[in-house]
Amino acid sequence: MIRADEPGSAANETPSDERGAAVRQVLAGGRDQLPLLLGVIPFGLIFGALALQAGLPPAAAQAFSLLIFAGSAQFIAVGMLANAPAMLIIATIFIVNLRHALYSASLSPHVSHLPLRWKVPLAWLLTDEAFAVAALRYRQADLRLAHWYTLGTGLTLWIAWQLSTALGILLGARVPESWGLEVALPLTFIALLILSISDKPGVAAAICAGATAVVLNGLPYRLGLVSAAVLGVAVGIAYQARRTARANERDGA
Amino acid sequence: MNASGVWLVILGGMLVTFLIRFSFIGLLPADRLPSLVRSGLRFVAPAVLAAIIAPALLLPAGVLDLSLSNFQLLAGLAALAVAVRFRNLWLTIAVGLAVFWMLSAFGR
Repeated sequence: MIRADEPGSAANETPSDERGAAVRQVLAGGRDQLPLLLGVIPFGLIFGALALQAGLPPAAAQAFSLLIFAGSAQFIAVGMLANAPAMLIIATIFIVNLRHALYSASLSPHVSHLPLRWKVPLAWLLTDEAFAVAALRYRQADLRLAHWYTLGTGLTLWIAWQLSTALGILLGARVPESWGLEVALPLTFIALLILSISDKPGVAAAICAGATAVVLNGLPYRLGLVSAAVLGVAVGIAYQARRTARANERDGA
Repeated sequence: MNASGVWLVILGGMLVTFLIRFSFIGLLPADRLPSLVRSGLRFVAPAVLAAIIAPALLLPAGVLDLSLSNFQLLAGLAALAVAVRFRNLWLTIAVGLAVFWMLSAFGR
């Protein structure tokens, strides 16, 4: 589980200690990502099988996972291949993935000190699942090696997504349609949601975003999701600002 | 769609997806955002997670379903209770899945 007392806080480490601590962070990130694979792997299998059914050659089906690496956008794009022009599909992928900009913003203060050779792979691997786990890591006190942890979450998910896509391509129509695991991912997200909330503004942000997402569920291209998330963040900010103002009033009186 | 069209979609999709993910990390660092917005970044995870979960549980088939035959919702509520009480990932998933599978097996 994710703990607040990860090792590696001593300042006087030798280079090999440092390397060992970095490896431990990658492994910890991978370990904390494991529960999410329960829900992700069936999706990868289904994607591989579905892409073949849509008429894609195996190489192109795998390339979707290798190069785009975004579950729901891949499903929607493959569904559009039959009767939409390429530019419209690319625009759709853009809109479906807009929510990742929020993750990018959330992560950016923590990685601004890193060189480009870190920023590119961390951005490349930034998915719903990896972000949900990594965001908890950034609430700990010692963030010196947190980027290694984030790399571990992203790489684990990437490998699982590639292998499950490949297996889905291999099995083709023999992939069962339902595993009863479609509920595993929301369940995992429930636990991560509870762990990610630390105060009342956080609760308000979550309730507002959840309610808005239900109301806007009819919007296409996951626009309901991204609108709901932005509104939830705004509510959290407003709540927090009011709290701060009240606390200042009390102190001033 | 022909092969070159498919590869255009793949490469274009790769480019736009990466640019979104790289946007604030590499192009517009959050240090340069107003402090009010920056203070809100900690709400991104709870807000997005809630926005993913709520429709999945309340509208499993695309329409609002608050009935007792909505097993996703019942399993989700059980998982929520376990998550709040024990704050443990594996336990939450195990209880939620067990409830879901038992309801699916015996609940009809």
